[in-house]
Amino acid sequence: MEWTSYLPPLLQGAWVTVQLTVYSTILGAVLAFAFGIGKLSNNWLIKGVSIGYIEIFRGTSLLVQLFWLYFALPIAGQAIGIDLRLPPVVAGVLALGLNIGAYGAEVVRGAIQAVPKDQYEAGRALNFTPRQAMWRIALPQAVPEMMPTFGNLAVQNLKDTALVSLISLGDLAFRAENIRNFTQDSTTVYTLVLFMYFGMALVLTAFMKIAERSVGRWKTAGR
Amino acid sequence: MSEPIIKFDKVVKRFGSVTVLNELDFSVSPGEKVTIIGPSGSGKSTVLRILMTLESINDGVVWVDGEPLWHEERGGKLQAASEKHMHRMREKLGMVFQQFNLFPHMTVRRNLTEAPIRVLKLSKKEARERADRLLEMVGLQDQADKYPHQLSGGQQQRVGIARACAMRPRIMLFDEPTSALDPELVGEVLNVIRNLAEEHDLTMLLVTHEMQFARQISDRVCFFDRGRICEEGPPSELFSEPKEARTKEFLRAVVDPDSAKGEKQASAEG
Ligand SMILES: Nc1ncnc2c1ncn2[C@@H]1O[C@H](COP(=O)(O)OP(=O)(O)OP(=O)(O)O)[C@@H](O)[C@H]1O
Ligand SMILES: [Mg+2]
Repeated sequence: MEWTSYLPPLLQGAWVTVQLTVYSTILGAVLAFAFGIGKLSNNWLIKGVSIGYIEIFRGTSLLVQLFWLYFALPIAGQAIGIDLRLPPVVAGVLALGLNIGAYGAEVVRGAIQAVPKDQYEAGRALNFTPRQAMWRIALPQAVPEMMPTFGNLAVQNLKDTALVSLISLGDLAFRAENIRNFTQDSTTVYTLVLFMYFGMALVLTAFMKIAERSVGRWKTAGR
Repeated sequence: MSEPIIKFDKVVKRFGSVTVLNELDFSVSPGEKVTIIGPSGSGKSTVLRILMTLESINDGVVWVDGEPLWHEERGGKLQAASEKHMHRMREKLGMVFQQFNLFPHMTVRRNLTEAPIRVLKLSKKEARERADRLLEMVGLQDQADKYPHQLSGGQQQRVGIARACAMRPRIMLFDEPTSALDPELVGEVLNVIRNLAEEHDLTMLLVTHEMQFARQISDRVCFFDRGRICEEGPPSELFSEPKEARTKEFLRAVVDPDSAKGEKQASAEG
């Protein structure tokens, strides 16, 4: 078989991988901000929930989280009479997003805490509320600091999507495995897949760099 | 004299086991320009930071414009103030910091408009007009669209002063506004403060080591030592004929930097 004939199914798979990456990275970013800020809250309930989430999802493997959402949750749901069967895509996006969000939350927390105390004092002297100080003063300074690590996490997330092939989601890794089973042409298939993942990672990295530059524009103004 | 606009009534401030302010009594009249001088660690910044609600107090009462700053009257008793009360009280005060503390991610103009828009709920147009007038006052109308890191220290501090003025406080606190500046940039900042000091209604509390400047602009100079006012009076008296031995010693050390080391040591031991 011509290697070009592998391309259509692989590209289909790659498209699923792209979607998984984009959706779960967005979900992860939202969770990262919510729980990263939550961990700094003075409200013990919000703080406790945030710490719990972060520790659980960082302390267990993504594979287990994925299997739990896809296989265990429906059974647990059955026991209490709720239908918790998730389509593979949903389970995949959720697992990936929850996992990357937990790592991201620590990055968000760290970057916010790294904003100098001086800045909060200036905010207080100008009578900003604590919430305004967070959104208007701390976060705009913290976000550029988070971006390089967020970039790494997004690429990590892209690579992690390969795991969802294990719940028979037709992503790039899943298609590759199918073609390999069918043709036994491991070398060609996996070389193609390697380059496709690498290409996607390059695009994603470039995209994150652009985002990084745009949120940190003020740092380089006039230089 | 009229009712004081600032009054410290037996205020105690401790950091751990260290008592920084020891039953401090201190008051300032409306419109008065008061300079605080004193050795390092004597509690000068602490006084300003307590007024700006950046530091809480352990005992005593601080009165600002006839109301307790850190307390609220509830059921006939003074109790710890709510955030709402302090928010209202902070409207009366503005502060200029030694390290400027400008917002690095905002242009100069936005540094001046952000709080008026978000806190005072001014319209964008009003805030912008106010900012531009203030920038003109501090001689930085050409720098409005730059970011703080693009300015010299002296320019940054002038922005810091304009930013505090944009909130129209009745009381302005300056904590060593020129100490972080290169000597050649001190003058431009002092000139701006001098112009402000001509505003009759503005109450000013200034911590500085610029003795010449203090002499020119203040109605009263307070010499702080170990968390208390050791001596106070009009600058002409305090600088020319200090009565207390510690004041003399301090002033001598400031004028003659060679003996300043001895002074620092003395205050550290004390
Ligand atoms: N956050 C803090 N924690 C512990 N100790 C503090 C804190 N802030 C100030 N102090 C101590 O309180 C004392 C008074 O400090 P303060 O900053 O008011 O002095 P100062 O008169 O402004 O001195 P300087 O001329 O060095 O600015 C010092 O001994 C200082 O070490
Ligand atoms: Mg100080």
